[in-house]
Amino acid sequence: MTTTSAPPPQPEPKRRVGDRVFAGSAKGAGILILVVLAGVAVFLVTEAWPAFTASPADLAGGEGVLSYVAPLVFGTLLAAVIALLIATPLAVAIALFITYYVPRRLAAGLGYVVDLLAAIPSIVYGFWGIAALAPALVPFYGWAERNLGFIPFFAGPASATGRTMLTAGLVLAVMILPIISAISREVFSQAPLLHREAALALGATRWEMITMAVLPYGKSGIIGGAMLGLGRALGETLAIALVLSISGGISFNLISNTNPGTIAANIALQFPESTGLDVNTLIASGLVLFVITLAVNMLARWVVNRRADFSGAN
Amino acid sequence: MSTSTSPAPATTSAGPLGSISQHRRLPRFGAAGIFAVGAAAGIMLSAVTGFALVLAAIYAVVLGTAGLHVGSRLLEGRRTAADRLVTALVRIAFALAMVPLVWLVWTVVSKGTARLDGAFFNQSMFGIANEGGGAYHAIMGTLIITAVTAVISVPVGLLTAIYLVEYGHGKLPKAINLLVDVMTGIPSIVAGLFAYALFSLFFGPGVRLGIAGAVALSVLMTPVVVRSAEEVFKLVPNELREASYALGVPKWRTIVKVVIPTAIAGLGTGITLAIARVIGETAPLLVTVGITAVTNLDPFNGRIATLPVFAYYQLTRPGVPPEFAVDRAWTAAFILIILVMALNVVARLISRFFAPKTGR
Repeated sequence: MTTTSAPPPQPEPKRRVGDRVFAGSAKGAGILILVVLAGVAVFLVTEAWPAFTASPADLAGGEGVLSYVAPLVFGTLLAAVIALLIATPLAVAIALFITYYVPRRLAAGLGYVVDLLAAIPSIVYGFWGIAALAPALVPFYGWAERNLGFIPFFAGPASATGRTMLTAGLVLAVMILPIISAISREVFSQAPLLHREAALALGATRWEMITMAVLPYGKSGIIGGAMLGLGRALGETLAIALVLSISGGISFNLISNTNPGTIAANIALQFPESTGLDVNTLIASGLVLFVITLAVNMLARWVVNRRADFSGAN
Repeated sequence: MSTSTSPAPATTSAGPLGSISQHRRLPRFGAAGIFAVGAAAGIMLSAVTGFALVLAAIYAVVLGTAGLHVGSRLLEGRRTAADRLVTALVRIAFALAMVPLVWLVWTVVSKGTARLDGAFFNQSMFGIANEGGGAYHAIMGTLIITAVTAVISVPVGLLTAIYLVEYGHGKLPKAINLLVDVMTGIPSIVAGLFAYALFSLFFGPGVRLGIAGAVALSVLMTPVVVRSAEEVFKLVPNELREASYALGVPKWRTIVKVVIPTAIAGLGTGITLAIARVIGETAPLLVTVGITAVTNLDPFNGRIATLPVFAYYQLTRPGVPPEFAVDRAWTAAFILIILVMALNVVARLISRFFAPKTGR
């Protein structure tokens, strides 16, 4: 509404009715976004509140909200971090391949193929993970238990179904790969042409050109993209709910049958059958997830946008 | 350094200068040859230890790459060898990313075609215990809920984008911009919980409504529409707007008659991709809409089956002889993939065929 009341210096900015209605509705839509986001926070807090105020004995687990959520937060972070560790180097390599190693005619098509990975619904990833990937990894887990068992991550006993934390992390990695690679690709392709050509003209090989002119420039883009991928991995629900064999608790063992759940998967698995205070508890855990992803995403945007401020190299 | 472009290195590189020898290059197929030798060694190694396809591929790629690196290092020097190693690595990375895509599509296609019959498309699960049945109710439910979602998100998203691009200066647009980013990152399950919390305030706990699912999906779809529409509106040349203003056309008519028609192809693409993003969402529908066996076409009344939730329950609660339900689940997943891929293709076709004619 400030647009109509602000006194512009021009003498006759004649505002027509149509203009006012249109500007108003456009602004209203923008404000609606604000309201919805505030609504998400408000409604989640309202519905989660009973879980915080109820006596701990009434809740699932019987020890209060925090000790109910803590292992879930651990599982969420563990799966997301595994995914990130696998996906980031791969995604950066793919982004480099598409921007600097293939002929320009092919680049768009290959980029589109990678983006197709992002288009596949998460439930289909879950189906694939449980029916194809997990069984295929069982021999590897057996091998890891025998040969790498001294590392706590591979302590075993190896799962016979393959529905382990590492499998879940791998599925997540595939899912966030296109996000990280899309953002890295965008940043890499913006690396200043003059720097690149200067490096090549001085006799640098292509890889030396990339380390000298592209990677320093694209570093914050990679970090931001990885964090956006992290945000997606944290909130991923059904792929995990299907793939992971959940038993609760906290465990660093990546190849066993007993895994901590994740917040999102736990909600998806429990919510349909829950009533009363259990629903409030689940919504409280959703609130925790919301806060975590919010923080990660804000940080990621800040990192990506900070780069935009001094990207005036071209 | 200008010698590196010299076309006749033979005369110079014969000299004792070590650095010049770096300019020796393998012949065109030399690198591929070395890689092939390494790969063959890898396959042989796997054959000796009992042949397994995956292991053979891993051995071949690792040994081929290592062989190429060592060979290049001996013949071409350290720097070129590093370059070749990285070239091989980024190619491997891309190939690795294609493995899950191909594997996934192949899995879904091979398992999903079992029940790809007429009954699947025109029967619901009403009264079906094990064999037969279909996903008619779920397909219709998905179409209805997605349509309601689009009806909510497209106007809001477009208007917000118009506000940000055409009217946006000051603090409010900046805040909205930031919040759209935030909204893009909301986990889908949280959007579902939000819609559930909202509707349970009015309808009491345990509410399951199609419209609640549509609201949840709108929370996910709107920011996508805003972002893509914003990109497209920014691409509309300012000259067009100025020309319109110069003719005395009011701002809102300029937007409706000039900006939007110019951007229509991009808008179509963006909206189609946004629909493709939400049509496969499962988690929010799981908590807001639930599942039912009967055909319910009224989003304001009770549970509606949707394709992703249908697939989820058929796989996780298959019933006593599980095969029939599992087959239905895979076919539902197959149809989901087809839907999403088709939407992606349509989006690209829109951007190709409806792009504004800029021929001048």
